[in-house]
Amino acid sequence: MNGDVIQTRLQDRLYATAARLLALAGLVLALAAGGVGTAAPLVNPVDFDTAEQEAQYQKLVRELRCTVCQSETIYESNAALAGDMRRRVYEMTAAGASEQEIIDFLVQRYGDYVRYRPAFQANTVLLWTSPFLILVVGGLIWMQVVRQRRRLVPREALTAQERDALERFRRGE
Amino acid sequence: MMLRRIMLPLVAILALLGLFYVGLGMDSRALPSPLVGKPAPAFQLESFFDPDVTITEADFIGETALVNVWASWCSTCLAEKPYLMELARQGITIHSFNYRDTRENARRYLSADMNPYDKIAFDPDGEAGMEWGVYATPETYLLDPQGTIRYKRIGPLNPKLIREEILPLIAKIEAENR
Repeated sequence: MNGDVIQTRLQDRLYATAARLLALAGLVLALAAGGVGTAAPLVNPVDFDTAEQEAQYQKLVRELRCTVCQSETIYESNAALAGDMRRRVYEMTAAGASEQEIIDFLVQRYGDYVRYRPAFQANTVLLWTSPFLILVVGGLIWMQVVRQRRRLVPREALTAQERDALERFRRGE
Repeated sequence: MMLRRIMLPLVAILALLGLFYVGLGMDSRALPSPLVGKPAPAFQLESFFDPDVTITEADFIGETALVNVWASWCSTCLAEKPYLMELARQGITIHSFNYRDTRENARRYLSADMNPYDKIAFDPDGEAGMEWGVYATPETYLLDPQGTIRYKRIGPLNPKLIREEILPLIAKIEAENR
C-alpha cells in the first residue's frame, strides 16, 4: 500500500519532469525556427525593368511597417493595407521614384511610425544611443567596483593570541 | 554604506517600475497623425450613389465637416453609427469614404438604419485611403471650412470623445470663422 503511494508519486514526478523537458524542447525549437526564417513571403508577383528597381523594392518592403498589424513589415503582412502599400511601393519604384521619395510619401501620410527601422533624428536620439549609454554607464560602475576592491587591504596574518583563541574554539572549550 | 547598498537598487527598481507603469497606461494604438494641420489630401473617386458623378476633396471642403471612413463589413462602424446619426441630427455635416466595400453591401448597411452622411466617395481599392493615411475603419477627420484637417481619430467615436473633443473643436472653428 505504502509502496504504491511512493510509486505513484515517483510516476507523477517523472511525468512532471518529462512535461517540463518537452516544453523546454518546444521553446528551443520555436526559437530556432524563429531564427531561421520569418513568415513565408506573401509578395504579389513583381516585375521590374532593372535590377536596381527590383533591389529597391525588395529593400523597401522590408523597411516599412504595416501600420494595422504593428509588429510586421509590409513584406510579411497579410493585411489589406500592407498589400496596398506594397502595390504603391511597386508602382512608385517602377515609375522611377527614389527610395527616399517613397519613404517620404508614406511618412507624410502615416507618420514616422511607418518606418520599421526608425530614422536617426531629434526624437529618436535616445532610442538609438541608449544601448551604448547603458554600456558606458555599466562600464563605469564596473571600473569603480574593481578599483574599490583593489584598494581593500589584504587581511593580516593572525596574531599568536588569535590563533590560540581559534584553537580553543575548535576544541570546543 | 549599508544604506547606500540598499538605496541604489531600490531607487533603480522604483524608477523601472515607474516606467512600466507609464508604459502600461499608454495606448500603443494611439498614433499621432502627421496630417493634422495639413490640407485635406487630393483624391478623385466615384460618388457612392452615382458612378457617373466624380467626387474630389473639393466636395468635402467649404464648411466645418466631419469625414468618416466606414465599411459595411466593419462592425465597429455599425456600433459607431448611432453617434454619427446624432451628430447629423444636430446639423453637423458628415462626409465619408466608403472603404474597401461593395455598393450592394454598403447600401444595405445604410438603409438598415438611416444615412448620416452627406457626400459619400466610393473607395473600393483604398486609393484615397492611402492618400488620407487611413489605417483601418472607422476613422474620422474634422475639416475646417478652408479644408485643413484639424483633428483625426483612429477608431470609433464615443459620447465622451464627442462631448469633450469634437464639439468644442467645432465650436472653436466656427468662432474662428465668424
